[in-house]
Amino acid sequence: MPGPKHQSFRHGIHPPEHKEDTAHLAIKQFPFAPLLIIPFSQHIGREAVPVVKAHDEVIRGQLLAKADGFMSVPIHAPASGVIKNIGLVPSIQGTMVNGLYLESYPASTQEILEGNPCPLDAGKEEIIAAIQNAGIAGLGGAAFPTHVKLKIPEGTHVDTVLINGIECEPYLTTDHRVMLEQTGDIFTGIRYLLKATGAERAVIGVEANKPDAALMLKDNAPNDLAVSVEVLNIKYPQGAEKMLIKTLLNREVPTGAHSVEIGVIGINVATAAEIGRLLPHGRGIQERVITVGGNAVNHKGNYRVPIGTPLRFILDTVGVQGTLSEVFLGGPMMGQAAPGLDIPVTKGTSGVIAYSRDKNAPPQKIYPCIHCGRCVQACPMLLNPSQLGLLAKKNQYEKMADEFNLKDCFECGACSFVCPSHIPLVQYFRIAKSQLKKAQAA
Amino acid sequence: MDKKILQIHSSPHISSGAGVDVIMRNVVYALLPVVAFSIYAFGLAALFTLMAAVLSCLLTEHWLCKWSRQTTSVNDWSVAITGIIYGLTLPPNLPLWMTLIGGVIAVSLGKFIFGGLGYNPFNPALVGRAFLQAAFPTAMTTWSAAFGAQRFTSLPASTLTFPLTSPQYDSLSGATPLAAMKFNQQPTDAMDLLLGLTSGSLGETCAVLILLGGLYLIARNMMNWRIPVGIFFTVIVLSALFHFANPHRYPDAVFMLFSGGLMLGAMFMATDMVASPITNLGCFIYGALIGTLVVIIRLWGGMPEGVMYAILFANAVSPHIDRFIQPTPFGHRS
Ligand code: SF4
Ligand code: SF4
Repeated sequence: MPGPKHQSFRHGIHPPEHKEDTAHLAIKQFPFAPLLIIPFSQHIGREAVPVVKAHDEVIRGQLLAKADGFMSVPIHAPASGVIKNIGLVPSIQGTMVNGLYLESYPASTQEILEGNPCPLDAGKEEIIAAIQNAGIAGLGGAAFPTHVKLKIPEGTHVDTVLINGIECEPYLTTDHRVMLEQTGDIFTGIRYLLKATGAERAVIGVEANKPDAALMLKDNAPNDLAVSVEVLNIKYPQGAEKMLIKTLLNREVPTGAHSVEIGVIGINVATAAEIGRLLPHGRGIQERVITVGGNAVNHKGNYRVPIGTPLRFILDTVGVQGTLSEVFLGGPMMGQAAPGLDIPVTKGTSGVIAYSRDKNAPPQKIYPCIHCGRCVQACPMLLNPSQLGLLAKKNQYEKMADEFNLKDCFECGACSFVCPSHIPLVQYFRIAKSQLKKAQAA
Repeated sequence: MDKKILQIHSSPHISSGAGVDVIMRNVVYALLPVVAFSIYAFGLAALFTLMAAVLSCLLTEHWLCKWSRQTTSVNDWSVAITGIIYGLTLPPNLPLWMTLIGGVIAVSLGKFIFGGLGYNPFNPALVGRAFLQAAFPTAMTTWSAAFGAQRFTSLPASTLTFPLTSPQYDSLSGATPLAAMKFNQQPTDAMDLLLGLTSGSLGETCAVLILLGGLYLIARNMMNWRIPVGIFFTVIVLSALFHFANPHRYPDAVFMLFSGGLMLGAMFMATDMVASPITNLGCFIYGALIGTLVVIIRLWGGMPEGVMYAILFANAVSPHIDRFIQPTPFGHRS
């Protein structure tokens, strides 16, 4: 089990895991919502361009919007039905974005359209194109187009593909279930990934709280595949790519650089599974596994949910107890709060967590920074969040960036989590970054 | 499900729970055994002095908040710590009017004028004590013996001295172990020092209880252990060196460690988070600085004790330690 072999990344925290409610629950297919909300940008990069019109009938798996160049991925119909209208749809940011509404046919068998399969012995470019055509963007939460990552720059050699099965966010158990239930898909995915990147080997990292998943992977690893499974001590945010690379390979991604520059490509385990599931059929991504949890949810579980399913439909289906006070997409450490329930699940959504908090509980009081140093001892990027917070309060954003390396902060939330003064440090840092961006654009 | 009001705030959506008030309250808990022992050893004088110290600090903070139209901050417990620690550093028979003045100074000039909790560059309790030391040097260095027979029935005459008059002392004044050592080369038994059977400031005598309180806070991750460890390490090494060189002139390391205010200072005063460095390495350096200064002042200074000045000086240096000892961010080592 976790051995002294891996020297973990420095600092980090141990938030309560809350995984026991759903970790043992097998993935269940979620019903189709009568109306699906499908934004054209569910990934980082250029928005997809619609290829259908209002009132068009579409079949599940059919292309709805095509990629706009290389830095973009297409979007496929998550259900058979009819396009209601194309225009603005609500998004998690609280703003309206381009997208479409799809009315799903209740009586349809919802069979999936087959495309052009991508054979396992296809060439690099072919696989990369197939991954783009499948519409795959990082399912771990970042939603970065996967094929872009796989396009290794000329003259760079990648030796290792890291398969990220850490899932260090509390509550989330989707990767855990995928590792148990889609083991074969993961290895098929790894074959494509090794082929596409030219890497010699793949390493799957799993945290010690998922021993069954690690065992399942070890037992089923094909002999002809250069893959190993490593069990790591539990620590947040080990699932962050830089942290995982540090722990597993003891390599440090230089500031401002990408992991590819030190010979590593990191792929989330669910993304690998999706590649292994979709490419042999030439299908596009139409659904994803999410954990629905939190103390307000009656039927917590891991569900395979059609992309575009509104939160309202999800919570209605699983049942809500108490008064809903907070809903967020993703885990509680880095997830985004939903401004309302008419927000769809998108490709990057790994969980829907709903809380009902005691309304009478007093809000946490914010004290001044007492210089306790807990944030400094928590920050995995070895920054000084206390100092950054003090500067943010004085609006000294340039100093934050120039002298205290604000740009290295990836908003993991460890500092805010430990702060006894309950200072919303991460929020300060987000504001600072956006102000700096604005200043730069001006 | 009809319209629900959802709270929206920035991630993370959970927090570790231990708030400032919880930490501060635990420091108070850690100090309670020391307080109890102090009252046991010095009787009514300790009880009255500690009450006066805590009350003057609490009321000063409360009134200053009122006066500047802020919500009172006494319920964050930090001023309670200041009051208790300030009280514990005072000699047992100090006139109460001096105690009250020092408490007002501690909170007003030591904390409030800098902006309150989180902004005080110095440990406020020590600011109060330093003021008294400068203003009333005799009263601050006159000690009564511990475990007086009458301690639970009567107050020392000096305690009730009328304000602004000089105190009259009872005959049984006791020399502190440090003074005995400094001026008469007379050592004190190590066991007496550990168990608090000597004379000294109200809360500094029983090293064992102070250590236990500190260990409790360290175990609960509410104190950076590198500060006391830095202090102890340098005090032990330096005093052992000098003792080895000249055992007649310089006391041994055990005596240095357990006498005077070193234990109390290292565990409860130097560790004031606001006035100490933020990084672990910084805390160790800060501790080492205090240890070095204590040894220098005690061995060669005019006064037998140097813990207070050592800490105040290190408080002043602390921001500069922070300036030079910054963590090197991930990915910045080339
Ligand atoms: S949010 Fe940023 S500053 Fe805070 S711990 Fe994470 S990386 Fe460090
Ligand atoms: S954890 Fe909070 S109170 Fe402690 S140093 Fe960091 S910002 Fe200040």
